[in-house]
Amino acid sequence: MKVNRLTLCGNWILDRFPLTKLWNDHMAHYYAPKNFNFWYFFGSLALLVLVNQFLTGILLTMNYKPDAKLAFDSVEYIMRDVNWGWLIRYMHSTGASAFFIVIYLHMFRGLIYGSYKQPRELIWIFGMLIFLCLMAEAFMGYLLPWGQMSYWGAQVIISLFSAIPFIGDDLSLWIRGDYVVADATLNRFFAFHVISVPLVLVLLIFLHIVALHEVGSNNPDGVEIKKYKDKNGIPLDGIPFHPYYTVKDIVGVAVFLIFFATVIFYIPEMGGFFLEADNFIPADPLKTPEHIAPLWYFTPFYAILRAVPDKFAGVIAMFGSIAVLFVLPWLDRSPVKSIRYRGAIFKKALFFFVISFFALGYLGTQPATPTLTIFARIFTLIYFGFFLLMPIYTRWEKPKPVPSRLKDPLTLESIVPSIKAAYEEMTIKDNNGIVLFGSTEFQRKPNPEGIRNVLLRLAKKIITSFE
Amino acid sequence: MNTEGVDESKRQFLTSALTVVGSIGTGYLAVPFLSQMQPSVKAMAGGAPVEVDLSKLESGQLLRVAWRGKPVWIVNRTPTVLETLKTMDSVLSDPNSNDSIQPEYSKNPYRSIKPEIFVAIGLCTHLGCSPTFRPEIAPHDLGPDWKGGFFCPCHGSRFDYAGRVYSGVPAPTNLEIPPHYYINDNLLLIGETGNGGAA
Repeated sequence: MKVNRLTLCGNWILDRFPLTKLWNDHMAHYYAPKNFNFWYFFGSLALLVLVNQFLTGILLTMNYKPDAKLAFDSVEYIMRDVNWGWLIRYMHSTGASAFFIVIYLHMFRGLIYGSYKQPRELIWIFGMLIFLCLMAEAFMGYLLPWGQMSYWGAQVIISLFSAIPFIGDDLSLWIRGDYVVADATLNRFFAFHVISVPLVLVLLIFLHIVALHEVGSNNPDGVEIKKYKDKNGIPLDGIPFHPYYTVKDIVGVAVFLIFFATVIFYIPEMGGFFLEADNFIPADPLKTPEHIAPLWYFTPFYAILRAVPDKFAGVIAMFGSIAVLFVLPWLDRSPVKSIRYRGAIFKKALFFFVISFFALGYLGTQPATPTLTIFARIFTLIYFGFFLLMPIYTRWEKPKPVPSRLKDPLTLESIVPSIKAAYEEMTIKDNNGIVLFGSTEFQRKPNPEGIRNVLLRLAKKIITSFE
Repeated sequence: MNTEGVDESKRQFLTSALTVVGSIGTGYLAVPFLSQMQPSVKAMAGGAPVEVDLSKLESGQLLRVAWRGKPVWIVNRTPTVLETLKTMDSVLSDPNSNDSIQPEYSKNPYRSIKPEIFVAIGLCTHLGCSPTFRPEIAPHDLGPDWKGGFFCPCHGSRFDYAGRVYSGVPAPTNLEIPPHYYINDNLLLIGETGNGGAA
């Protein structure tokens, strides 16, 4: 019988490879908390973007030439003459920016729900190493089109290393392989971008997931679900990753692809944020563009570099702004993980941190005028203040009581009565109004007094959530 | 692992010996691997001197040439500019060029061999952008105190007409001056010092 043969073949493999065990350990019997919200989409989306970068990247190498004389033209050749080359290149360039959007949101999720805290410190550190790798990958990839921004961006970033005392100059010469950014630099960056860094990236992602599956996922309540298990040893508040979260993630993927495709097809340059205008001019070693700025995902760190009026101190501050993220698990002294049960001080500090991160991101795209430099200094202080003062202010904080098990998430059925009550308060009965769907329920007109009361209560609720 | 009747110290010695020999071997292998990333012989040979004809360089003009792939500027400074240079000391971070790189014959108030002709490597000493030549006096974006010179668009470093850095900007030192000499009145050689000495 045919089926039997197939089973035999399957058994032959299973006797030699733990396929079922792997599937069960990491998918079908990996129990994740039942209350994941939309913030939990970004891990799987990061994986999707990685696959996109690998596929489109491999296709791009088939027509790209890593040679200072040929590189710029080969990119234009891909854009104009290669079948669907424009699509593949835009998928790759948009994918790079999408990667950072997804990763920043993924990191922010960790920040608000305390996913970096004990026992998940190593997951956070592997994640930070992935972030570092990703920055190296994006930086080296940006040199490859060999436009003006590629060239001078690389010149500036490699020169950062020359600020290191004693070995700096030799180190930057060794990285470039020439006295200025040149053919040798382009060729080795191609090798790193295509081979070394992706390999390290894949290894780190593997370690990130192994560490995650060892301790289990955190959740929006910041409660450990492994404390309460049923008689089979399955967490009471856990549901199997497959099929529950694989199906949920498909919804996330669909929404993400709508945005991703919109950018690729309608605004691939994103107004200079995803591909900069000056990069459509071939590299000229004799002339720096009037205004040079890195791509948007580096601008917060770049603004910190520029804010410090000393070369070496500026480089230290820039690397420090990333290094400080590594020690975050030990800076946070609060006993509570999730922002839902944390005190007002942390919420306010986080609010200012987010503002300063966006502000630095904006300032990094602008020319360094004296006024903007002062603003950059203020926001740099807030950025570092958030992390370095954390051991102090998290100790002062008065957390709310944390439930021992997950709270039931809000369902539509539970919020319908309160919506209806608000609707009835905001409107008054109006017998002259139209009858909708044969119901007099909609025969009402707005009630200014009620609207004001409802809005006031909403505003009070938002303010008290900060206290 | 069966440890019965095993000479632990012999085992320890073998482990240590293998570690040491292995590390030395790896260390030796690292030398070619790492040093192949140094500039190649071809890249080093690319640093040949460049000859520049100055006869067409008018007063106030700037000329860019490439030497070792880097931009080198040659500026013909006007007498007014040379007068202004004497008044700049208070706003400069290293007015006498004590901490900056230049050949001995360019370590003077004008940072040049001939006072009017200024030769410098056009790369900012901060992070290597090429500053912009801004000869105009007090343009609105650089403020009323701007006396003409070079402005780096990348990180806002300012240099005067002798490539000396202003204080309070990110660049640590004055612009580097390459070795150079005059073959005759109108012919300049960049990359070598007068009496035949290589750079």
